[in-house]
Amino acid sequence: MKETIGFPRALLFYYYYPAWKTFFESLGQTCQVSGKTTKAMIDSGIKVTVDEACLPVKAFHGHVQSLSGECDRVFVPRLVSVEKKAYICPKLMGLPDMVRHNCTGIRQILDPCIDMSRNRKAFAKEVYTTGRLFTRNPLKISAARQKAEYTYEMFTRLLQAGLAPIEAMTKMNLHDAPDSWNSGTSHNAPAFEKAVGARPLVIGLLGHPYIIYDSFLGMNVLDRLKLMRANVVTMDMLPPTMIEREAAKSRKRVFWTMGRKLLGAGYYFLRPGTVDGCLQMSAFACGPDSFISELLQQESARSQRKVPFMTIIVDEHTGEAGVHTRLEAFLDIAERSRPG
Amino acid sequence: MKLTFARLGNMHIAGKALFEALGIDVVLPPPPTKRTMSLGSLYSPEFACLPLKVNIGNYLEALEKGADTIVMVGGIGPCRLGLYGEIQRQILEGLRCDFKMIVVEPPQGRLDRVVRQLREIIGPQPITRYIRALHLGWSKLASIDTLEKLALELRPFENSKGEVSFAFEAALKCIEEAGTPKEVTSAAENGQTAMKSVCKKTDSDKPRIGIVGEVFMVLEPFVNCEIEKRLGEMGVVVLRSIYLSDWIVEHVVKDVFRILRKSKLPYELAKPYLCHFVGGHGVETIASTVDYAKQGLDGVIQVAPFTCMPEIIAQDILPTVSKELGIPVMTLVLDEHSSGTGVLTRLEAFVDLVRMSRRARR
Repeated sequence: MKETIGFPRALLFYYYYPAWKTFFESLGQTCQVSGKTTKAMIDSGIKVTVDEACLPVKAFHGHVQSLSGECDRVFVPRLVSVEKKAYICPKLMGLPDMVRHNCTGIRQILDPCIDMSRNRKAFAKEVYTTGRLFTRNPLKISAARQKAEYTYEMFTRLLQAGLAPIEAMTKMNLHDAPDSWNSGTSHNAPAFEKAVGARPLVIGLLGHPYIIYDSFLGMNVLDRLKLMRANVVTMDMLPPTMIEREAAKSRKRVFWTMGRKLLGAGYYFLRPGTVDGCLQMSAFACGPDSFISELLQQESARSQRKVPFMTIIVDEHTGEAGVHTRLEAFLDIAERSRPG
Repeated sequence: MKLTFARLGNMHIAGKALFEALGIDVVLPPPPTKRTMSLGSLYSPEFACLPLKVNIGNYLEALEKGADTIVMVGGIGPCRLGLYGEIQRQILEGLRCDFKMIVVEPPQGRLDRVVRQLREIIGPQPITRYIRALHLGWSKLASIDTLEKLALELRPFENSKGEVSFAFEAALKCIEEAGTPKEVTSAAENGQTAMKSVCKKTDSDKPRIGIVGEVFMVLEPFVNCEIEKRLGEMGVVVLRSIYLSDWIVEHVVKDVFRILRKSKLPYELAKPYLCHFVGGHGVETIASTVDYAKQGLDGVIQVAPFTCMPEIIAQDILPTVSKELGIPVMTLVLDEHSSGTGVLTRLEAFVDLVRMSRRARR
């Protein structure tokens, strides 16, 4: 029986879609991704969630609602943990429950519980149970899983090579076309070519993938910086070992996977000589980010030679013009304070 | 060494007794005031949850009074509480305060870890002294909880407004001064008699409202705008879902001795609505609401600090619980800008609604 599985283009879609798509397609199912985030989607998300929920969660609800009626199942995983002794965010742990209670009119929710905090056995079992919904052949499931793991490996390599997730997905033929204004090449390439004389500015961009890679929530920050002729390095482009090493500077281990990644990348960017400016993008009232950005600000206050550091907080009321002005001002400061 | 720790309801009485019985000087932060809140929110991250801000205010005021060592609890997530110690240390160091911070990490089933961490604070001491100190601290904690529970039951029946609270405060003072577990017990008994003596008969029918939510917000009257007292004085019997002594048994004692299994009850009660642990008190909030609905209470109030992640999940799901089990639920999200008057208006409106729905049901 062939089913259509709907993937909301929100939250950790930007990391794990390639793997799950490969998995489900190997089992003979079709995957459908919701459209790009729009104002209407956010509005429909806001209507069903509580005010206190963060923008990415509201956007997720909007995406889920846009998928309802179009597919047989909507994929809303319960992402508890993707590594030992670390979580992602409490809100992702309760996401399927929130969606179930808020969004009416969804035929079925597919909510595998991904928890690797203790060991990978539970995860393997969960993948198997999910596969069993579509086939009774365990060999088929395990083959699909291996294929998915391979895809994920390739995908992370492309991310580290400097591609944005959508570009990487396009390159792997997992996604139709890149979302950005100027399609095609990687974010770093054109600025390098155009640079005449002076080296272009390098900006370290910190932020959850679902904000910086989402053209609506993140206000196209990657493209904007590129058009302003700055090169962007995101935390996904840094080697994981280096991020871990930097994050280990914190006396207490940060127990959020994404938070630790942001902290490690942030500590690296704040070291003089790595980038010309460190820009953080975060959602209004984001719990983990409130602490990570405080740790980074403390680090920045302690350091002798300071790297320009700015935090932009987005919510459902943010206007593009405001973000644009702030980015311009930030690049001016980065330009002025760069050595030599 | 002058030790201090953040305030949480009336916990400081037991904490002070425990450390002083071990021969350590304790400097308590003064009771929280508007200044505590302003200091705390001035130096804390904007979107940090309210407990962190109040803690920072407490520490700054205690350091002003001469404290030099801060004890704080750690954690393993996913709730932000686990990182409080580290953030607070860095904030205070950034302010060039002179102090030492000791973060007590959860033992996770290892008694030796607790002993090692305690030794760091107290230094080697005979084990009998530990036991005596623990006994005294625990007896104070347990009797405070008994008195608090009684105050919640008696307040709607007091002869004139404020008498129960007055007797309660007096009893707390006696408990604070008591030096042995025996004295604590007799102080608590005297307090109970005093509180009962200012009340009319207690069997008449009053609306009952349960309070659920995040532990700090539920237990600290200063941040929840004395919601329990106000409800009591409006003639409502209040049931509180969290008591500190229960919390310690559940989260500290059972974490040290893992043979004692943690209670599965909250997860079972919450299962139809929220079927996974989400950190903090998210599951407990849902579970207590379900429990209160089954007990036939007339309403539930959730109190949560602004941006609290687990409580946001619970808040999102509570309307479904309310609809399915037919119990009115109100959520109060509080932060440093909350005013007592605003909260009072909302409480009055909620109590009116609860009274009306009670009448309609009969």
